[in-house]
Amino acid sequence: MLLAEGLGAKLGGRSVLAGVDFEARPGEITAIVGPNGSGKTTLLRRLTGDLPGPGLVILDGDPLASLSPRVLAQRRAVLPQATAVGFPFTLREVVAMGHAAGASAHLPGIVEAALAEVGLLSKIDTPFQDMSGGEQARGHLARVRAQVWAPVHHGRPAWLFVDEPVAALDIGHQLQVMGVLRRFARAGGGVVAVMHDLNLTAMNAARMVLMEGGRITAAGRPPEVMTAPLLSRAYRCQLCLNTAPNEGIWLLPQAASPA
Amino acid sequence: MTEASLAAPLPRAPRPGHRLPAAAVTAVLLVILGLSAVASLSLGASGIRPWEIWSRDLSPSERAILFEIRLPRLLLGLLVGAGLAMSGALMQGLFRNPLADPGLVGVGAGAGLGAVLAIVLGGLLPLGLQTALGTHLVPVSAFAGGWVAVLVLHRVAHLRGQTSIATLLLAGIVLSALAGAFTGILIFIADDAQLRDLTFWGLGSLAGASWAKLMAAAPIVLAGMALTPFLARGLDAMALGEAVARHLGQPVERIKRGAILAVAAMTGAAVAVSGGIGFLGIVVPHILRLAIGPGHRLLLPLSALFGAALLVAADTIARLVVAPAELPIGIIMALIGAPVFLWILLARRGQLEV
Repeated sequence: MLLAEGLGAKLGGRSVLAGVDFEARPGEITAIVGPNGSGKTTLLRRLTGDLPGPGLVILDGDPLASLSPRVLAQRRAVLPQATAVGFPFTLREVVAMGHAAGASAHLPGIVEAALAEVGLLSKIDTPFQDMSGGEQARGHLARVRAQVWAPVHHGRPAWLFVDEPVAALDIGHQLQVMGVLRRFARAGGGVVAVMHDLNLTAMNAARMVLMEGGRITAAGRPPEVMTAPLLSRAYRCQLCLNTAPNEGIWLLPQAASPA
Repeated sequence: MTEASLAAPLPRAPRPGHRLPAAAVTAVLLVILGLSAVASLSLGASGIRPWEIWSRDLSPSERAILFEIRLPRLLLGLLVGAGLAMSGALMQGLFRNPLADPGLVGVGAGAGLGAVLAIVLGGLLPLGLQTALGTHLVPVSAFAGGWVAVLVLHRVAHLRGQTSIATLLLAGIVLSALAGAFTGILIFIADDAQLRDLTFWGLGSLAGASWAKLMAAAPIVLAGMALTPFLARGLDAMALGEAVARHLGQPVERIKRGAILAVAAMTGAAVAVSGGIGFLGIVVPHILRLAIGPGHRLLLPLSALFGAALLVAADTIARLVVAPAELPIGIIMALIGAPVFLWILLARRGQLEV
């Protein structure tokens, strides 16, 4: 269980996050959605401890600040929006860095398995810098998966914090990546994901929070949050929601019009 | 969603197939190191022939040349070469940039200022401190100067875990200019004996090698080297940025502090005894990354090996080409190093703002 209370953050002297309470449960994907600049990434960075500020984050009973980087790395992995690799490391070496940092570091074959999961096994010896943007995004996903390979370790859930994991991907790979996250959650792991794509959120998230101007304005199951009034106000455009084919919600950009 | 449909043609062919086995590279470097060491000991202005070292009894003057001139010079060359090359690899890892070199970004100049400060103003120190430090005063002071320079550089050029190469090089130019100005002032107020010391020191060569110099610099360089095994994995992770390195469980701040200390120690002591030799820190790690890949666990020790071999070889050439005179070794290193620097620069032109 991830619990956070009263989170705030300032960037350049300006308050970009204030009084945010947040909770996420293992076994499901919790999505953070909202318009550009609403504080989604800032909230994620407060939850991972990358950004200082007021508030308390408790990961499975332990205050985040009380855990050393080494211990933390064995319990959760973080996937930022984009990560440039500074030297010509190969895909295998990059994924191995994740594997070596995690709780399953002693188990063999995980680098290969994590790459197979994202369909990049054939590129294992390619220099990371030579891969396309989409391949790099999936390569980094394999890296964080190799770090928290077991969704549950010694009875304690492992966590994945991901910031727009599908941003650089085509629709096929979007589904593939969401599948990886969903399977991780279904097996007992916890996933907190900043999402831009509302359809993928509706399809995959068990719970979601909607952010506006550095605050959470709605939280709950997708059908509760993804209502036309809430979304239209947050995204400042008239949105039309629909349900099909089996209770899933979907959104029709063609039906959108400027506010 | 098949792999084939996604496989866009890559701009470059995958390279790791061309990586060489580390054991073979190590063996080759050891052979080169051995050859340059033998050449350095046996070749030179005096008439000792290589094969004579072992084959006949040497005269006392020949023994003196071997043991009082060439041997300390060889050992100093190994120490300085290993220290500078390792410093380069460390700085590049710290700044995530293959163009960071202690000589080019002002660390050498800072260390130089420290050394000059010690030569000119060392007499003003309390006598107790002077005797305590003894011959270590100049290298220790150079270490401090280099340390301040790396700290300033890190503050200026490093923003949110990223380094802009433009800021880095510009900050280096400013640091070098500033250190140069202070050095100039110190030279202005130096007396004749100190000026002689300064001139001798500033030659940028191993010509003044002696056992005393070696003993003064060795502990500091070796202490810096001893830190590096603890930094290797952290530097690997930092290639993905400081935040990611932290997520990978690395104590990033401790690694940065350690790397800065090690660079300052190795560069400072090397500059204190050799006057600063540029480009070694760029050429050696760059070639090694092409050969064995960028992983620091191999890169750091092999940089030491390769740097030592290269500097001793360059020094031997410097002594031979215009014998009995000597070419400053800095000229040789610049002839090798400047083109390599340009080559990296051109290859990275598209992505300089990494």
